[in-house]
Amino acid sequence: MSARDAILNRLYQRRDGAISAPESDFSIVQAKQWSDEDKIDLFQQRIESVHAEVHRVSKDNWLEKLKELAQGKGLNNMLVPQQAQVGVDVRANWSEDGLPELLSYDQPIEGWKAELFSNVDGAVTDVRSAIAETGSLVLWPDNDQPRLMTLVPPIHFAILDAEQLKNTFHEVIVSEGWVQQGMPTNALLISGPSKTADIEQTLAYGVHGPKELIVLIRQ
Amino acid sequence: MSHNQPEKTAQSGVKEFHPRVHDAITNPQIRANFRKAMDGLMDKRLAAFPSDDELQGLRDLAAAIRLRALSKLPELLEKLEENLTANGVKVHWAENGDQACQIILDICQQKNAKSVIKGKSMVSEEMELNHYLEQHNIEALESDLGEYIVQLAEETPSHIIMPAIHKNTDEISDLMHDKTGTKKSRDVEYLTAEARQQLRERFEKADVGVSGVNFAVAETGTLCLVENEGNGRLTTTVPPVHIAVTGIEKVVENLEDVAPLLSLLTRSATGQHITTYFNMISSPRKEGELDGPEEVHLVLVDSGRSNIYQDDELLDTLRCIRCGACMNHCPVYTRIGGHAYGYTYPGPIGKILMPHLAGLDDAKDLPSASSLCGACGEVCPVRIPIPKLLVRLREESVAGDSDHNNSSVKGRGSKRSTSESLIWKGWAKMHKSGGLYRTGTGAATVFRFLMPNKVGAWTKCRTAPKLAASTLHQQVKARGKNGGEK
Repeated sequence: MSARDAILNRLYQRRDGAISAPESDFSIVQAKQWSDEDKIDLFQQRIESVHAEVHRVSKDNWLEKLKELAQGKGLNNMLVPQQAQVGVDVRANWSEDGLPELLSYDQPIEGWKAELFSNVDGAVTDVRSAIAETGSLVLWPDNDQPRLMTLVPPIHFAILDAEQLKNTFHEVIVSEGWVQQGMPTNALLISGPSKTADIEQTLAYGVHGPKELIVLIRQ
Repeated sequence: MSHNQPEKTAQSGVKEFHPRVHDAITNPQIRANFRKAMDGLMDKRLAAFPSDDELQGLRDLAAAIRLRALSKLPELLEKLEENLTANGVKVHWAENGDQACQIILDICQQKNAKSVIKGKSMVSEEMELNHYLEQHNIEALESDLGEYIVQLAEETPSHIIMPAIHKNTDEISDLMHDKTGTKKSRDVEYLTAEARQQLRERFEKADVGVSGVNFAVAETGTLCLVENEGNGRLTTTVPPVHIAVTGIEKVVENLEDVAPLLSLLTRSATGQHITTYFNMISSPRKEGELDGPEEVHLVLVDSGRSNIYQDDELLDTLRCIRCGACMNHCPVYTRIGGHAYGYTYPGPIGKILMPHLAGLDDAKDLPSASSLCGACGEVCPVRIPIPKLLVRLREESVAGDSDHNNSSVKGRGSKRSTSESLIWKGWAKMHKSGGLYRTGTGAATVFRFLMPNKVGAWTKCRTAPKLAASTLHQQVKARGKNGGEK
């Protein structure tokens, strides 16, 4: 008998018989609701508490803020999506001198792994939604904004619209119909820059992923 | 395990449980490192649950979710396999750690892999995967900073969440200096940045990534990983092959089930509202995608879990979501640290899990290494009645053929002594009969001069009890005759 069949057999033929389980009552999770304004405040407070940098911007001036930040951080270059609207907007408004060079993640990682690991300073991405309760960004990486884009470069700029904020992770899963849509290759919550407390519980940032996470909330 | 085990007791080199505990208790550095860390973790957990109503409600929900998953465990495992397979993930089953190691080795050899990079996985510790791969000339490198430190020191993790918690900054600085040539420094930022650099090169070159799994979602065929560092994401994204390994109990039914479990897991473990990354993987790289592994494998490991599953009471052990809150709050763990236990999972959860994985004969000292204070049960996010299970395992370890007739705990009865069981049988008989009781206690008072001065472990640090000159019955009777003063 294969290991699979042997294990399943033991489980199906459980000695003490069927297990009865109580109903799962999700009301304690569903009860968590905030007003739109409070959601923004809570999101900002939570994600700042884990060392992310948050800027509230308007839909008209966010590009100016992004330019100022990208320049201020001294980036030589950054990855920008080619199809996502934030990428299109950045590319169309990126002419001034002294701005970082815009790069595209447009080939399989195997062809430029070393380059990505050592020579890319930052990345700009949009997000799918965000979670107020935990201060989390929700991303479904794709061909245009691949998985390593938000992981390998030392600085990640995330562009979030205030309307994208949801109360809880549970609400995100249910209201966005993740199960019905089918899960992507990778779905991701990001809450702050990479961190560790493995050396005597002292926090240090950027241990493997980005050292800085900068969120622009467009209102 | 058939492959040679590395010395598990890196801390003291002593194999027996009690001498090892003695070594740990008399080591002021160990005492200080754990005390400081556990005090901090208890405070952080408390601060993360400002509302007790919410905490208790979440615990009820999480316990119900885990129990529901267990109530359908074989069906959910089949569904998980079906959905993962449909998504392009290859699913493997292993009866024990050796089989799981073999499966992983086969995949590595098929790919001609020379180097494996690892995200944190306690199941891989349980099956001693690193050692096994190295015996077959495949380098296995831990990438979680704590695991990396422990691996440099050639030790095992002393805590399931914070593997290097037994070391302070100076010790880690010296270790990194000796093994990797970094400067000696108390600057944690510097040490972390150095480790980042050392590991980045290895990520780039690794042939295979091995990770654990926090929750496996049957409904969608999704593997969820909880982490702060990003090494888990790198491990599961950069190498061309990703192998996830997990115990069969980690499956949950629905995607929405993970939301409350995640919330309780991170808050109970380290007081974080959420970790930096929650990484949900459902398939290998699809056509047109530019990164991610071409191959994803899941290895489901039993190693005694299906045996725990047979028993209504012991079943609760399998609800565990591995947050480590039980050890953070354990007065025994705080004093002796993780290595003194001598097993992969230390602390209260280790004491109720390892006897099944290793056998009660091997892990005989674990269930009794507890004061039964109950703190572990009070903080457990999925309400595992750990003290009750400790008592059950104590009973199992001295059980005879007639007790718990159905029980199949490995190594049950291994601590049973004929004389002790006779004494207790006599004791029970005497207490069931008034005449026998009075005769027995009467005889005890008459022959009290025969009471030995030394009675085993009891008198190691206590004086022997002295029997009274008359029994309680006799004394009360005498009082009654004297007018029954109240």
